[in-house]
Amino acid sequence: MYRYDEFDHRFVAERVSQFRDQAARRLSGELTEEEFRPLRLMNGLYLQLHAYMLRVAIPYGTLNGKQMDRLAYIAEKYDRGYGHFTTRQNIQYNWIKLEDTAEILEKLAEVEMHAIQTSGNCIRNVTTDQWAGAAADELADPRPVGELLRQWSSLHPEFSYLPRKFKIAVTGSPHDRAAVRVHDIGLRMHLNDKGERGWEVIVGGGLGRTPFVGVTVRDFLPEAELRAYLEAIMRVYNLYGRRDNKYKARVKILVHELGKEEFQRQVEAEYARKPATNVELDVAELQRIETYFAAPAYEELPKFSTGFENARIQDKEFAQWVKVNVAHHKQQGYAIVNISLKPEGGIPGDATAEQMRVVADLGRRFSFDEIRVSHAQNLVLPHVKRDDLYTVYIALKAHNLASGNIGLAGDIIACPGLDYCALATARSIPIAQGISRRFADVKRQEEIGPLKINISGCINACGHHHVGHIGILGLDKKGEEYYQITLGGSSSDDAAIGSILGPGFAADEVADAIEKILDTYLGLRTGPEETFLLAYRRVGEKPFKEALYANH
Amino acid sequence: MPIIKDGAFAPDPWVAITDDQPIPATGDIWVSLARLDSDWGTLCSHAGELGVEVPNTTKAEKLKPYLGKLSLILLPFPAYTDGRAYSLARLLREEGYIHDLRARGNVLPDQLQFMKQVGFTSFEVTDRFPAEVWTKAAQHISAVYQEGYTEPHAARTAIWEARRARS
Repeated sequence: MYRYDEFDHRFVAERVSQFRDQAARRLSGELTEEEFRPLRLMNGLYLQLHAYMLRVAIPYGTLNGKQMDRLAYIAEKYDRGYGHFTTRQNIQYNWIKLEDTAEILEKLAEVEMHAIQTSGNCIRNVTTDQWAGAAADELADPRPVGELLRQWSSLHPEFSYLPRKFKIAVTGSPHDRAAVRVHDIGLRMHLNDKGERGWEVIVGGGLGRTPFVGVTVRDFLPEAELRAYLEAIMRVYNLYGRRDNKYKARVKILVHELGKEEFQRQVEAEYARKPATNVELDVAELQRIETYFAAPAYEELPKFSTGFENARIQDKEFAQWVKVNVAHHKQQGYAIVNISLKPEGGIPGDATAEQMRVVADLGRRFSFDEIRVSHAQNLVLPHVKRDDLYTVYIALKAHNLASGNIGLAGDIIACPGLDYCALATARSIPIAQGISRRFADVKRQEEIGPLKINISGCINACGHHHVGHIGILGLDKKGEEYYQITLGGSSSDDAAIGSILGPGFAADEVADAIEKILDTYLGLRTGPEETFLLAYRRVGEKPFKEALYANH
Repeated sequence: MPIIKDGAFAPDPWVAITDDQPIPATGDIWVSLARLDSDWGTLCSHAGELGVEVPNTTKAEKLKPYLGKLSLILLPFPAYTDGRAYSLARLLREEGYIHDLRARGNVLPDQLQFMKQVGFTSFEVTDRFPAEVWTKAAQHISAVYQEGYTEPHAARTAIWEARRARS
């Protein structure tokens, strides 16, 4: 894992002191709220419906036990005893006081964390595959590049007042778990014949009001040139991205309006124009960072773990949980444990301080002190010995952290919605809870198979509804909440934007509608191997439309 | 409007010539880009120093032919959240412009450091804040990650370079 050196420590400490000064000037009235707003946003502080919300960065979703313990401490001391893990692999606290913020940032800096650029019209927290460094199918760990980009984008003097927010995702695996095609910039690692790393550069993807799948502007950019090339993209966007309408200000609109070829031409012209960049410096820095991401000291283990196999036979629930929540690790004898933050009827992504401490402790004891946050709002222990899986499971179960629904109907992504958010037009959380209760039976979820249900409480799409296999968008019609359903979206290798099925549903009709859609799917699939998404792509929307609207 | 230059409030020796005013024979003057275009024949041999204000939507290439004669370029911030002038300033520096580059418009203390880092050297500011607020805000961050964006008074250390030098 990356560790701060004295420069990183100094940088974050200075940023905290800068924010402390800014907050003091706001509290004294020297700064107007309008002047303070972008400053606080660039430090992750939002003014929400009921209070300030503070979003803390978890760069590329990786943290250690000490950091997780600190997040628990902040939840208890400054919030109401819980936090909410987000789709950008961050955590946010919903009940923060402005007066406490600088102190919280100091407590975070002590454990090498910050809230820099978790909001605002700047480059946001870089996200990646939650299984990075552990996944069996990975080419190489993408996190060194994630860290390089975190540093490069932190307080970038030229790119801190962009037309709109800017999100970057990186993946080192051919199976995309980082949704790189629906980011402002998505980076996907490839290897050439010589085994050298290069990056496919995808620009202009995104969700929100106008969803787009991004376009590839470079197939194989040498890794050493990555930072310089991204600078060229950022400069074209900063100069020519629209600023007249905030709903048309994301880079996806620029790419769309110019067209891929013209956008690409402008970026290449800018890249060619710049004086020779100091690529050696990037290489040196990347090599320095890479040493922090060396593989942990794995033990040589046999393929077969007797303890694990026995536990699997004796405890059926455990066996079921393993089947759904445990993934293949690149190292023999180890496994990736996915911890669902989606208990039946729960709020997706929420964890109590106690649960955070349990995960921190398990990470220390069983996963080389490493924890991950996934963009699906779950947690991961990336390197657990198969011999230890049952012990881990029992501990998780004792704290309501052993829901066996990763990747299934209960694993719902949802934004905070109208319960918290000032932008929302409808509630998301109760809809998620309703669906989660309806499909509580794990057997039933397993029968339905891989499924992504994503819920957003407004058109800004923080719940990624466009790329849910089933997407739900909460809207407001004359003071009544209603929910539009889309089908066929995906954020993975086969990225696609879902299509709206038909008229929306009232809040209390949504779970029924989802059930009808899934019953229809079960009735028409060729077999269990034909997933919901595959079946939908084969048969189209017609049978689902008929099932939902036949009697309307 | 007060001017900040070299870290202190300073008098402004420049005279703005609006588009409907005649161009004086001498003195340090600045004009609009439109005026620079239309009266270049006269302005190119102006006896005093010459400056220009450029909209933040201008392409840097457009200014290239004039750069050798200019000793002041003013870039506007219509709103301090409009960051186009940061890139434009940087581009002008990369094109080799070495003289005074001035930020005007909605210039506030908390943006001063970034402005200096991309190459601005003088600032037309409001008199709402005392000098020490500007000075402090401009030097909050002493070390930066971005290569080539250091500045002698703030952001003195380039972190990646310092690391490489040490290893």
